[in-house]
Formats: sequence, C-alpha cells, structure tokens
Amino acid sequence: MGELSNKERMKLPKQEMPLHPGEERVKNFNEVPIGYSDEMAKQEALRCIQCKKPGCIPGCPVGIDIPAFIQLIEDGDYAGAVKKIRETNFLPSVCGRVCPQDKQCQMDCIIGKKGEPVEIGSLERFVADYEDKNNLRVLPDIAPDTGKKVAVIGAGPAGMTAAYELRKRGHEVTVFEAFHRGGGVLVYGIPRFRLPIETIDADLKLLEDMGVEFVYNMIIGRVLTLDDLLGEEGYDSVFIGTGAGTPKMLGVPGENANGVYSANEYLTRIYLMGANEFPKHVTPIVQGNKVAVVGAGNTAMDAMRTAKRLGADVTCYYRRAKEQAPARTEEVHHADQEFINWKFLSNPVEILTDENNKVTGVKCEKMELGEPDSSGRRKPVGTGEYFTDEIDTLVFSLGCAVNPILPMTDEVLSVNKWGIMMVDEKTYQTAREGVFAGGDTVTGGSTVILAMGQAKTAAENMHKYLNGEMPWSDAKVPTDPTWPGIIWDAPKPAKKAKK
Amino acid sequence: MSNKSKYSQSFKILKKKELCPDTYWYEIEAPYIAKKLLAGQFIIIRPKEHSERIPLSIAGWDRDKGTIHIIVMSAGYTTGELNGMGEGDCFSDIVGPLGVRSHVSKQDGTCVVIGGGYGTGAILPTAQDLSDLGNRVVGIVGARNKDLLLMIDELGEACDEVMLTTNDGSIGTEGFVTHALQKILDAGEKVSSVLAVGPVPMMMAVAAMTKPLGIQTWVSLNAIMVDGTGMCGACRVSVDGKTKFACFHGPDFDAHKVDFGELMKRQKMFVEKEKEAIEAYSK
Repeated sequence: MGELSNKERMKLPKQEMPLHPGEERVKNFNEVPIGYSDEMAKQEALRCIQCKKPGCIPGCPVGIDIPAFIQLIEDGDYAGAVKKIRETNFLPSVCGRVCPQDKQCQMDCIIGKKGEPVEIGSLERFVADYEDKNNLRVLPDIAPDTGKKVAVIGAGPAGMTAAYELRKRGHEVTVFEAFHRGGGVLVYGIPRFRLPIETIDADLKLLEDMGVEFVYNMIIGRVLTLDDLLGEEGYDSVFIGTGAGTPKMLGVPGENANGVYSANEYLTRIYLMGANEFPKHVTPIVQGNKVAVVGAGNTAMDAMRTAKRLGADVTCYYRRAKEQAPARTEEVHHADQEFINWKFLSNPVEILTDENNKVTGVKCEKMELGEPDSSGRRKPVGTGEYFTDEIDTLVFSLGCAVNPILPMTDEVLSVNKWGIMMVDEKTYQTAREGVFAGGDTVTGGSTVILAMGQAKTAAENMHKYLNGEMPWSDAKVPTDPTWPGIIWDAPKPAKKAKK
Repeated sequence: MSNKSKYSQSFKILKKKELCPDTYWYEIEAPYIAKKLLAGQFIIIRPKEHSERIPLSIAGWDRDKGTIHIIVMSAGYTTGELNGMGEGDCFSDIVGPLGVRSHVSKQDGTCVVIGGGYGTGAILPTAQDLSDLGNRVVGIVGARNKDLLLMIDELGEACDEVMLTTNDGSIGTEGFVTHALQKILDAGEKVSSVLAVGPVPMMMAVAAMTKPLGIQTWVSLNAIMVDGTGMCGACRVSVDGKTKFACFHGPDFDAHKVDFGELMKRQKMFVEKEKEAIEAYSK
C-alpha cells in the first residue's frame, strides 16, 4: 500500500457499509448489511492513523487492541487480525454486528473528531466473517485441569463469556440454561436480519469443543437451587448470567388486551419459536395490518422491523423526541429505510378494545420537551391534547427488569429495590459466598458487550477466588436498596493487551 | 447439542393410559423435575422440535422412580399432537418445576378441592399436601357425565371424602360442582379454604359462591404461556386490578380478585391459528 501520511489517511472517504435496499429487505429475514469486500476493508483500515494514545480502546468494554487489529487488516493479515481481537473478545462476529459502536469505540476515535470515525464495527465483522468462511475458528489454549467445578447459569452473552474465560483457565464448566437452546437474548431477542443464527451456533459449538458442558431445560432456583449447586452437586463457584428478561408493563388501561404483546413475547415467538414460519413451526403469532410499537430503543426497532417483514404498516410511538431515542443510530436509520412511521412526542395513555378484548386503537397524549431530567435529556411533558389512532396490534418495548426467580429462591442473594442483583462493583461478587453475577442481572438491562465485559471481569475474579487468592470477607456488596446497579463509565484508562 | 451430561433427562413416556376419550395420563421420566416438584407447580412442555411450548399442570410424581405425571386432554393442535405420542416416545423438552407451591396450611375447618374435567389431575397433589398437613380434605369432581369423570380413586386416597357431580346426573349429584359445595355448606360444615381447578366458567362459579361467604378460595389459572419463566408476559392476568404473570406469581391466585372475563378472552387469542395448524397437519 505504500506509506501514507496521517494527513493523506484522514482525507480518505469512509467506506459505507453496503446494505440490501429497504424495499427488498422488508420481504425477508436475511441480514441487512452485506459486509465489506476485501478491498473495502483495506481501504477503511487505511483511514486509521494508529494513534499513540488511541481513544477507541478505552471506549471498548472488553478493551480490544483496535489499532493493532486494524493494522493487520491493512497488512492483509485477516487471520492475524481476528486472532488479535480474540485475545480479548471471543464473540467478534456478534460484537461487530450488534455493539453500539457510535456510543463506544467509534465515539472517541481521534479522526472522528474532525470527520467520520473509522468503521471499527464493520471491520470487526469483516474479519469475523473471514474467520468463519475459512474455518479459522480455532480452540484457544486451555490450561491443565484445575480440579475445580464451576456452574454458569444462563447461556446468553454473559454466561457464554464467563464459560469461555473459566474453561480457558482449566476449570470444569457446566452451563445451565432454562430454554431448550443456547444463545439467550442473541437468539430470542435479536432478529436474524441483524445477527444470523449460524454465527451464534458457531460460538456455542466452540464452547462445546472447549469442553464446556451445556444443560438445557434447567431452571436454576427451581430444579436445582444454589444450595444444591454449591452443596450436593459439588460446584466450587457459580456465575449468574440470567439477564434482564422480565418485561416492564405499560401501566395503562387495556395493556392486557388481545393483540398487545411485550417486545419479548413478540420477538421470542418469532425468533426462538419460529412463528414467522407458522405452521411449519407451530407457535403462532397473531398480527394485524396496523402495528403500533411503543418505545424507541434497540428492541423497539427490532420489533418494528420484524412487524414490517410480516407485512404490517408499522408506527413507532415514543414520548420523547427522535434525537432522544435510545437505540443505536444505525438501527433508527435502518428502520427509517424500511418505511417505519414515526410518532414522536406521543405518549400512549390508553389502549382501546372491542367487546372481545381485542385491541382496536391507541389513545396518546401529545407531548412537548420541557426541562432536562436526571438523565440530562429534556423531559417530555404532557400538553393536554390527545389523539387516537386505529391499530390492531401493539408491541410495547419499555425495557426489562431482572428475572426474579433466582433471588426469589435463595435467601442469601440480595437485590436492590428494582430487583437488580447487588454485587461488589469491582469483583462482581454477590452476597452469597462463591457466587458471582454479571450482565443484565447486575445492570438491569444494557448491551451485549457490557454483559460480556462484566462476565469477563467476574470470571477473572472467580479464578482468583478458586485459587484461594480472594477472601470473600473482602467483598463490598452494596446493601442500600437504592444502589443503582452497575453503571459503565466510558472511557476507562487503556489497558495494555496481554501477550 | 451435547448429550453426555449427567443432568440430561430423557422425557420418555414410560406409561400412557386413556382416562376418557381424548384424555390421557402419562408417566414421564424426568428425575430432576420429579425431585423438586411441589403441589400446584407446573411444567412447560415442547412435545416435538417444531412444537409450541405449552404449560401443563402436574398430576403427581414419584421422586424415587424419577417420574412425573401429567393429564392431557386434546384441546388444540399441540395437546392433540402430544396425545398422538405413545409409550417409549420421548418429548423434545420439558422445563420445570415452574410457578409457586399451592397456598396450603393447617386450617381450622375443612379444605375443599374442586376439579373440573382434566383439572382433577391438578388438584391431586394439593389435596395430598393439605391432607399431610393434617387437614380434613373433601374433594369435589365434576364432569358432563360419568364417563368423563377421572382420577376418582386417586383423589379418594388423598381426601377424606370425595363427592361427584355430573351435569346429566348419570352419577353423583346432578348439576355442577357448586351444588356439591352447597351441600357441604348446608350440612353445616365449616369450610376454611377452597381450591378450584378446571374450565374458567367453573372457577368463576365457585368464586362467585364463596365470595359473599368470605371463604378463602384459590384458583389455578391456565393462561397461555411461551417460556413460563417470567420472560414474555404472555400469561398476563389481572388480579385485584394489577397485572400479574401467571407463570411466576401463580399459577394459583385469590379467586375473588381474578378478572376471569379477561382471562377467558385472552385464552381465545390464538383459536384461529389453532384451527389453521390442525388443518395444515391433517393433510
């Protein structure tokens, strides 16, 4: 490629991720972004100026050595690039697709200050795809057996990461999952058009090949308790990664009407159970022609775009303004391209029904933006003006609460007033000796990558605990019921990648 | 996926008995579930790979043998598909125990357990539980006619007394389960608690009768579910004006506070799809 000066590099245009056109993609569930070609990846890699103090690494919750892997792409060493990512992140294919890069690594990209940041996510996906296509997914080095047994509860991103990190260190790992398959939210909550299932299954297969044992249909807390795991079953330590799966309700009249779904139910019926292929898969979904989706987070976008693919006219109702939508910028953009109608500053106050309890309409209050609230966003305030739209299906996506079954069935574990599991903020130790937790269980609902970052830290600490290097008495588990849960403050000081 | 686990349960049908037309009793190998089941809890079953996940009440278990018992009446596509399976077949997936134990304690007066149709299976473990706590337990079983009454002998073992009702009077009291309950009350017996499990109209009728009398009454709600672990909210029910999840707040709720009308309508949410599935697979 020759040697380009930084000035020259910064003049290179960003390589836009090629997408299937909106009108075509709403007819199927195929992945929307097509992926970079070799040439595009190399061109995009050239835009990285290899900063001495990169902003991107501290922006990454698992601390990937981003400039290093991009340099390897520039050098044409794609296998080396993915190997570099795998030093710190074992789900590059997932993260390249679903991470909110605009709020993490790409937010602090130095060249992004003047122009467009380097497309780190697209490059990560590119090398992960290269790895898959060329069957380069190799087993990591696994330390000799330690003789310690570890149980991981939940086979979602947090559990998968904890299992990977603990198995790598030579511990015997069993993952207990309540569903009939692994992947957690990656399967039941993220649409196939954003994350193909093959890539999740390849990651699960890698874990199995490493010797991690998966047991499905096991609802821990009920079929086996923590007492059982740490007692009779002989586990030395437990990681809880049960996620935040319990949907928050709308709290308006009519919320239990027929045709009103939580986004979890709606997406689970389709992506876990295959309702879009009914009756080949027998789980049904009943959806009319006019679908309202309430909320504007990533999950809301997923529900809207799914409803569109099932043939509906879809409208988003959100009580704040478009700029305040919590979804990834790219998701809003993609929804836009897929002919979603937007009704911002519209707050549903009632769901209208017919005599059969079937949803017929949604009544909303028009909102306007007032003073900033505690989140720093201007608070929506009611105008006293209302409007009613005819709809036949409503999906509400207002976030989730932590699944209560495990804390309900254990007397030692503690939760805050919102049900978030209380853990030591540095080590992820829970109130119960030997038990750690990470992911949405300790945040109340966040991103895949944050769950992975926490699970990784928790696993490192579990390893110390298992080696007798971490006395439990040092754990600082919060006791204040208003403790907010784990909050990630980016950026953190850059960590040097371990060799 | 991986099959070598010591935790793998075969979910094999060890025994299947026809109780009445379209209604079968099963004994299934599921040692880990059997070990922990409590009265009133339920399971989610996915009979085959392509099937729905449906909730089913538990009619009993054998902890030593590692088996669980269910009663299934063909009501829709999936229950029909399940009833097409036989001894030696294995269900694809079963998860449980789910939900909380029935609300049982030692009472001053009599505890009445009422089963309508296939719901009779579900009251068996609770009847036994109440009996074990030292209560006087009276069972009431109702059906349209004598051929549809089921699990009478088993219930007889768990109860001090069993009363039968049939709509046509072919056996026992002619009429509904409420008539039998009225008989108990008319005899001056103090009734401390009632559990009713069966079709919604039956549970509603029992609730309407016991409410003015102030008798604590529980019903087990058979809401539509997907995961059964609190994740989807398909099983939302209104109890005392508040939304509850039947899967983990229940399945047993205070009958005097349940919005049965809403429940009945919600149960009909997918009837058209049921018909479509039955039609598609009958070809």
